[in-house]
Amino acid sequence: MADGRPLLSVREVSKSFGAVAAVRDVSFDLYGGEAHALVGENGAGKSTIVKMLAGVHRADSGVIELDGIPLELGTPADAKAAGIAVIYQEPTLFPDLSVAENIAMGRQPLGRFKTIDRAAMVRQAAQLFARLGVSIDPNRPARGLSIADQQLVEIAKALSADARVVVMDEPTAALTGVEVERLFAVARSLRDDGAALMFISHRFEEITALCQRVTIMRDGRHVSTDLLADITVDEMVRKMVGRELGALFPKQDVTPGAVALSVRGLSRDPVFLDVSFDVRAGEIVALAGLVGSGRSEVVQSIFGVDPRDSGTVEVVGRTLRPGSPKQAMAAGVALVPEDRRQQGLLMELSIERNVTLPRSRSLSQLGFLTGGRERRSAREWTQRLKTKYGRLSDEVGTLSGGNQQKVVLAKWLATDPKVLIVDEPTRGIDVGTKAEVHRLMSSLAAEGVAVLMVSSELPEVLGMADRVLVMREGRLVAELTRSEATEESVMFAATGQEAAV
Amino acid sequence: MTAVELPAPRRSSLDVVLRARELGIVLALVVLVAVTTISNPRFLSAQSIRDILLGTAILAVLAVGQAVVVITRNIDLSVGSVLGLSAFTVGTLLQNNPRLPVIIALAVGAAVGAAVGVVNGVLVRYGNVPALVVTLGTLYVVRGITYFWAGGQQINADELPSGFLDFGNATFLGVPYLVLIALLVLVVTGVVLRNYRVGRELYAMGSSPQAARLAGIAVGRRTVGAFVVSGALAGLAGVLFAARFGTIDAAAGTGYELNVVAAVVVGGVAVFGGSGTVWGAALGALLLTTIGSSLAVLEINQFWQQAIVGGLILLAIGADRLVAVRVAAGLKKRGSHVS
Repeated sequence: MADGRPLLSVREVSKSFGAVAAVRDVSFDLYGGEAHALVGENGAGKSTIVKMLAGVHRADSGVIELDGIPLELGTPADAKAAGIAVIYQEPTLFPDLSVAENIAMGRQPLGRFKTIDRAAMVRQAAQLFARLGVSIDPNRPARGLSIADQQLVEIAKALSADARVVVMDEPTAALTGVEVERLFAVARSLRDDGAALMFISHRFEEITALCQRVTIMRDGRHVSTDLLADITVDEMVRKMVGRELGALFPKQDVTPGAVALSVRGLSRDPVFLDVSFDVRAGEIVALAGLVGSGRSEVVQSIFGVDPRDSGTVEVVGRTLRPGSPKQAMAAGVALVPEDRRQQGLLMELSIERNVTLPRSRSLSQLGFLTGGRERRSAREWTQRLKTKYGRLSDEVGTLSGGNQQKVVLAKWLATDPKVLIVDEPTRGIDVGTKAEVHRLMSSLAAEGVAVLMVSSELPEVLGMADRVLVMREGRLVAELTRSEATEESVMFAATGQEAAV
Repeated sequence: MTAVELPAPRRSSLDVVLRARELGIVLALVVLVAVTTISNPRFLSAQSIRDILLGTAILAVLAVGQAVVVITRNIDLSVGSVLGLSAFTVGTLLQNNPRLPVIIALAVGAAVGAAVGVVNGVLVRYGNVPALVVTLGTLYVVRGITYFWAGGQQINADELPSGFLDFGNATFLGVPYLVLIALLVLVVTGVVLRNYRVGRELYAMGSSPQAARLAGIAVGRRTVGAFVVSGALAGLAGVLFAARFGTIDAAAGTGYELNVVAAVVVGGVAVFGGSGTVWGAALGALLLTTIGSSLAVLEINQFWQQAIVGGLILLAIGADRLVAVRVAAGLKKRGSHVS
């Protein structure tokens, strides 16, 4: 199938966002008639590569060559003109326009006086769908199409553009088994027609089913490119995670006490299904899994921010009403959300106002907040967390990421929680602050707080947690003790490879 | 490839629902005209119809331009001020050059408007400021410039060349020139929006700005273009205004922007962009103008007009919402084809 010369070459490409190097010196080749998998953990730089190929981001250095000729990919239009089609995880269609028009946008067939020949446009779309073996009405608007159908429309778009390179960024994440099968049939025929396919997925069974070659990335760097025939799934997993576990994670040993949080049969179609677990006082339990596996949704549902279809949540024997964060707070639950800028803080308000917000009622006298009490309480907590700031009246938005996270933690710790839920507690903060946050969580657990931690960072999960719960596609698939949990066992459970290492 | 059985392009029931929008306006018009005529038959006199059509012509030209901008998920509030500036510019020009051909006057008016459109478009696109704020700013700036320039003076009909005033009243085969110009603008814009790539890209931008960027549409250039069209048509409307009324002061067109937005919304152009037609917007302009005249004929206090227009806007938005929800539910149902 593949001849000797690569169709598309990525040569020593680098890209930084501010101080963060997302991709460093990455090189690999795509061959016509071949499907090439790109794998790596969350944050390994895969999406940045995709966006560079799509012309959304421009590489800081390095070149991308098509047929040996360097490409100038400054805008999405350039990528399109070069014959590179990108299918994103979230399809990007125009909901108000017809399916046929979505496919033809920018290269509609023209008739007299350069007007759009609608009949020909609809005919083209119908022919493409016939070739793909699907029956979508070309005349219907794109609004209301299922994700799977939207992806098929995107593929039809790539076909109509005669794309030679088709990049698919986690196209299967939201699809059912039948839909994945149909997508793969289409992808194979595309590949066999000579297109170079780049396929990004976390599911190894899909990669082995579709691809011939695999490139592994880690921390923005290229680790290896192998023929799939030459590499086992075990080796791939090891190459994806393979890094040293530092002594960064000082979890104190604590004998767990009584059950503080008990979740039974929690379901919310289609995000998560039948999730049950306990967290005991003094215990740190990690909720691991890939991004999109439903972890954040589960904890948000426990706290009552998100609704749930069924299931019960008990905190120290008290059943929580669904959809009532107020009651959850009263019962002693605190949630430190994943996205602190959007969900955790009011960026324009002062540090003290942010810290005391959940307790504004108990701190007020006769319904009025008095500055003195607010300030005293805020000072106490920010000092305990060693937060660095100018004045308590400064806007939270002026602090660094690490210190912002400390303010969020202070805000919730001040409520004296029995159950502390933290969602990605150390995302985007520096190593020193990370260690402080870890130390803090550990000492809280030692004081008898039950901690539930959602984290995508495996070293953090393995270092901090007494128990690791692994979620995959909305289900709890594994429960590992501290001694059972290794990078490999967690990764295997998260990606659906049950084979033991 | 095997022969493919192609479904004949059929008009689904969905299209009928969507078309019902324009039908609804026509129906409202018919009822309004019928009720008013029964109460006072003079409502259908030639003079009355002529007045309504002339008023509609100016509002419709503005509404067509506004629709182009709204379709891209923007708004242009400066059109009333642009109309005033254009009318005063052309009036002054004709005062000093009575021999100037009408076509030049029209071109000058459009150019004045287009210039303001460029400013609007560039600020929205490259200044990254919401159109609502930018055009609210230019609304006041342009009006201020006109006041400063006019300095309280007014251009009267006897100072304008008779050729120009004749153009405002003359007819061709019984149809006033102003109405013909409005129809020409409407048809050209309607065809471009429906049948040309540029037009479809404007809809695409309004439908999903994110997807439009990823699809490689020149979003910046198209945004500026939409504001230039809206500005130029507002400028053109200014010349039509001058020709129709003959008396121009710096306050000409004050508050028109709200009538124009109302016409567009009542005409079924979605304020979130991506859908609606200039035909609907023009029908909206006709309906609003007719309401104004009919209230006068029915001797209902003019102040009621505003309340009625307001109610109509709420009704239109409510109806759109209802239709959208029903259509979405219908589309979901026939969405899946995996058996």
